[in-house]
Amino acid sequence: MQNEVLDRIRQDITENDVVLYMKGSAAFPQCGFSAAVVQVLESLDVKFTDIDVLSDPSLRQGIKDFANWPSTPQLYVKGEFVGGCDIVREMYAAGELQKLLAEKGLLK
Amino acid sequence: MPMDAAMLESLIKTGILDADVHIEDIRGDGEYYVAYVVSRQFSGLTRIQQHQMVYKALEGHLEEAVYGLQLSTSEGQD
Repeated sequence: MQNEVLDRIRQDITENDVVLYMKGSAAFPQCGFSAAVVQVLESLDVKFTDIDVLSDPSLRQGIKDFANWPSTPQLYVKGEFVGGCDIVREMYAAGELQKLLAEKGLLK
Repeated sequence: MPMDAAMLESLIKTGILDADVHIEDIRGDGEYYVAYVVSRQFSGLTRIQQHQMVYKALEGHLEEAVYGLQLSTSEGQD
């Protein structure tokens, strides 16, 4: 059961370039930290897949185990964990997030 | 209900012995904190790994500690 969740996460982050695990949806975030990351991504005009962890308790726990990270939101780019809200905001402010996305060919 | 700032600070310092910890209560209501953590042990680690070290220090208290906690880590300067 737990393995199934981890496999699903692995598949989701492999098949989609930018994935945000969050509380709520990009249109209706259920938490301010998730909303902040959505805002960063939207301001960069980056296409991303939003996955609502509140819709599935096993996913909500699974994503924490997967990244060894205690909270959501969690941002993944090309299969790699980039960080939670603090790190994403810090990287954005420093221009590092833009650089990372550009290097991966994900900025328009 | 989040934990108080003193508890947070002491857990981080116990987990990361050389850490210089400064906690700010963002709104003054004990709900949202920023923890600034400076440690030589962060040297050479990615931001993710630095934050994971802090989370490790909070192990066993993560549920109360993490929500509403912003982290800012650095390895300090000479």
